[in-house]
Amino acid sequence: MTSIKYETVIGLEIHAELQTASKMFCGCSADYSSAPEANTNICPVCTALPGAMPVINAKAVEQAILVGLALNCTINPHNTFARKNYFYPDLPKGYQISQYDLPIASEGWLDVPADSGKGTQRIIIRRAHLEEDTAKTFHRGDHALIDYNRAGVPLLEIVTEPDFRSVESALAYATKIRAILRYLGVNAGDMEKGILRFEANVSVRPVGSDEFRTRTEIKNLNSFRALTRASTYEVERQIKVYENGGQIVQETLGWDEARGVTVSQRSKEHAHDYRYFPEPDLPPLELSQAYIDSFHAHLPELPDAKTERFLREYGLKPQDAALLASERSLADYFETVVKQTRDSAQTVCNWLTGALLRQVNELGLSVDAIPVPAVHLAQLIDLAFDKTINGNTAKSVLVEMFQSGRAPKEIVEAQGLGQISDEGVLKEMVIKLIADNPKEVTSYLGGRETLLQWFIGQIARATKGKANSQAVKQLLLDEFEKLKK
Amino acid sequence: MDLNSLTLRSAQEMLRSKQVSSVELTQAMLDRIHKIDPQIQAYMTVTDELALEQAHQADERLAHGDNVTPLIGIPFGVKDCLSTKGVRTTCSSKILENYVPQYNATVIEKLSDAGAVLLGKHNMDEFGMGSSCENSAYFPTRNPWDLSRVPGGSSGGSAAAAAAGMGLFSIGEDTGGSVRMPAGFCNITGLKPTYGRVSRYGLIALVSSFDSIGPMAREVYDVATVTEAIAGVDGRDSTSAAIPVPQYSQSLGKSVKGMKLGIPKEYFVAGMEAGVESAIHKAIEQFEALGMEIQEVSLPHTKYGLPVYYLILFAEASANLARFDGTRFGLSVRDGAEDVIDVYLQTRRAGFGDEVKRRIMLGAYTLSAGYYDAYYLKAQKVRTLLRQDFEQAFEQVDALIAPTCPTTAFKLGEKTADPLEMYLSDIYVTATNPAGIPSLAVPCGFSQGMPVGMQLMGKHFNEETLFQIGHAYQQVTDWHKQLPPIG
Repeated sequence: MTSIKYETVIGLEIHAELQTASKMFCGCSADYSSAPEANTNICPVCTALPGAMPVINAKAVEQAILVGLALNCTINPHNTFARKNYFYPDLPKGYQISQYDLPIASEGWLDVPADSGKGTQRIIIRRAHLEEDTAKTFHRGDHALIDYNRAGVPLLEIVTEPDFRSVESALAYATKIRAILRYLGVNAGDMEKGILRFEANVSVRPVGSDEFRTRTEIKNLNSFRALTRASTYEVERQIKVYENGGQIVQETLGWDEARGVTVSQRSKEHAHDYRYFPEPDLPPLELSQAYIDSFHAHLPELPDAKTERFLREYGLKPQDAALLASERSLADYFETVVKQTRDSAQTVCNWLTGALLRQVNELGLSVDAIPVPAVHLAQLIDLAFDKTINGNTAKSVLVEMFQSGRAPKEIVEAQGLGQISDEGVLKEMVIKLIADNPKEVTSYLGGRETLLQWFIGQIARATKGKANSQAVKQLLLDEFEKLKK
Repeated sequence: MDLNSLTLRSAQEMLRSKQVSSVELTQAMLDRIHKIDPQIQAYMTVTDELALEQAHQADERLAHGDNVTPLIGIPFGVKDCLSTKGVRTTCSSKILENYVPQYNATVIEKLSDAGAVLLGKHNMDEFGMGSSCENSAYFPTRNPWDLSRVPGGSSGGSAAAAAAGMGLFSIGEDTGGSVRMPAGFCNITGLKPTYGRVSRYGLIALVSSFDSIGPMAREVYDVATVTEAIAGVDGRDSTSAAIPVPQYSQSLGKSVKGMKLGIPKEYFVAGMEAGVESAIHKAIEQFEALGMEIQEVSLPHTKYGLPVYYLILFAEASANLARFDGTRFGLSVRDGAEDVIDVYLQTRRAGFGDEVKRRIMLGAYTLSAGYYDAYYLKAQKVRTLLRQDFEQAFEQVDALIAPTCPTTAFKLGEKTADPLEMYLSDIYVTATNPAGIPSLAVPCGFSQGMPVGMQLMGKHFNEETLFQIGHAYQQVTDWHKQLPPIG
């Protein structure tokens, strides 16, 4: 029996809530996560009372255009809304207003690292369309409760072609989309809040084949981890089915996080016929080309361009540049510090990606809200650069900065942490040390050169670590040289 | 006070000259409703207390000369498909039996701001599905001209109320003739405005792309006055048009001499009752006498009007009625339900009438995968042709004339057995809605003692021309002054 090697084929749908002030089709607040109680951000429109009518949220359209342009899409000057019909308690109208045949954005792309490890591969984005989120259902024993605060929150659904040949590249793409959405300020990317959700369309095929085999659709993946695990599981499951001579059936799957398996939710026979038709309550959305073009000016420098520039302008290591550019606030912070310090960009980068991010992570903070002002970090780096404090002291000063919010100079002065670099002071201490320890001196001069560290350590202990150890070492060596003669 | 012959205009004058107060006028209307409506059953709900309270406020405004609008103190009723805050709104359906809206439709808000006095809500065919008012889930409304006959539909209650003097005007709603056809049956004047002229916000939708809210009253002047008050763009209805609203009532009285009136030849074919045909021909002669040029025109796709209308209606209605699911408002049948789907099924089975169920099923079918192109999409394409028919006709003429129905009011029960025959009674009034054009129904005679209505169709947003022609006609005829033998 010859064993066939299989190739992964994945297409991704990303549902991103747009963080507008109001909902997609009414004036209710879209900020459901900070609503005081269930069913407080609601009105006749988002609870679908008879006679209520939708009005398109212009801000959501603006955000969709920005995302579309950032993903290299064509923004369609003429796009329309449609009714997607199905019954579910979280869908008050009995239909979802979505975009169907004429979405706001189509035919875009995004580059991700190639599976080969060299260069990049281009993922084709089929479309991005506007729609509305559903209500939230809570199951309580034998009944369910519905909270309509989320009903009608704007959603942007971004759909790729089945272009991924590995779970890793799908993950890289999803990570990059999240970064771009955060850059554009349209979605904070808080996966735990469910404001970014993935659906993976998964199939496998023999390597070398260009057919598309039957796919399954894994819905409601709420984290990168779930996306990775569910897709990996599904790829392996499908390969096993083929290897055992079976067939894959087209179905909708859910991901059971606890058991680590995909579970069937709906087979093709029970697939919804959504009976799409144009939404008669909303005229087509007509966007002039001039209007669309005006958004180019609002597009910030995006992660890829920023990474390139950081490489070029600051000579950073590629992985450092990419890490800094993955978050707009981190990149901005980096550049602000670089401008204000005398030390090199790479040193700033080391501080940021090292000690600073470690603090941020340990304290469970967001990179959007680093409590240490950039100017303070620049000051700290300069203190080390000037050898006023040594590296270890600087790190503990940073911890103190996170805790107290005080400027590093203040902390150094208040705690007397300034490094002793004064050669006169240090020389006196060294001479005294040598005079007080003749045995060790003799031993050292006799060839036990490792004792040098012991001498340095004695000075460090005497100065509580404030002595500039480089300077101490040099002074000791000079004195020993004299004694040898 | 002879309420039966009172028009909106005469009431307006009496209120201004303080011959009558709004409270007196409103009380008289309420008394008349309580006296004669048990025979007609035009009202679903009568809001006595609220009406008198509003009348009192209107009198205050009149006394202080505070924002005296043309409709201040004028009592009216409204079809039960417009949301009225705090007042039960049923669409004459069991599924909304106890539904009390939390908000007012834009039209109700505008009328309330203008100081008009709400008397109550009118019976109708359930969700507007019907042409006789017999599809009300509660009771049929009867024609004030002959209680054994229907008032037409679906705004049957609104037409009967206006005809019988139970309100000085009615707010009806026309999805495919629902204002004009009953206006013709009951001898009143009624407007189906251009689609987008009047906000639909708060109107319980039947066909979102057809529904047009329009006034019904005794005279063109009355209808023009109300149209002025309710028309205009609304930020809550994206399909309402940002086109200024003319002072319709001020522009009446202009001569129609030299204007061109078109007779669509496809409308004058076999099937029209002889008395209806002769009434329409006499009206045409009257227009000729007024100096209008009469011209035959062709609307070649007329025969597709009814199927296009119904196909789109089924589709949109099936979605519009999906929200009636027993979870948030209205009827909810949960006894013994195993799951939420059971609740949906039980609620909708118990809450919707047969005609509603028939249309929902047809709509879901025509939108289904594999059928969409053949039905819905094709209907939308033919809809464009219907629209073009009218546009081409209006390159030649200023308005078109046609009957509002091939017959006069038929007997209760006469057409209920055959839904198709009922559908055919709307043959002249359905094409206007897919085309979106305005159409004014005007009384134009009698056939065997029952009223005959004609409709004047015009260009988009050109209600003014229709009012001008209709008003000119009513200056030289007195059909609209004929009153039903009741009360």
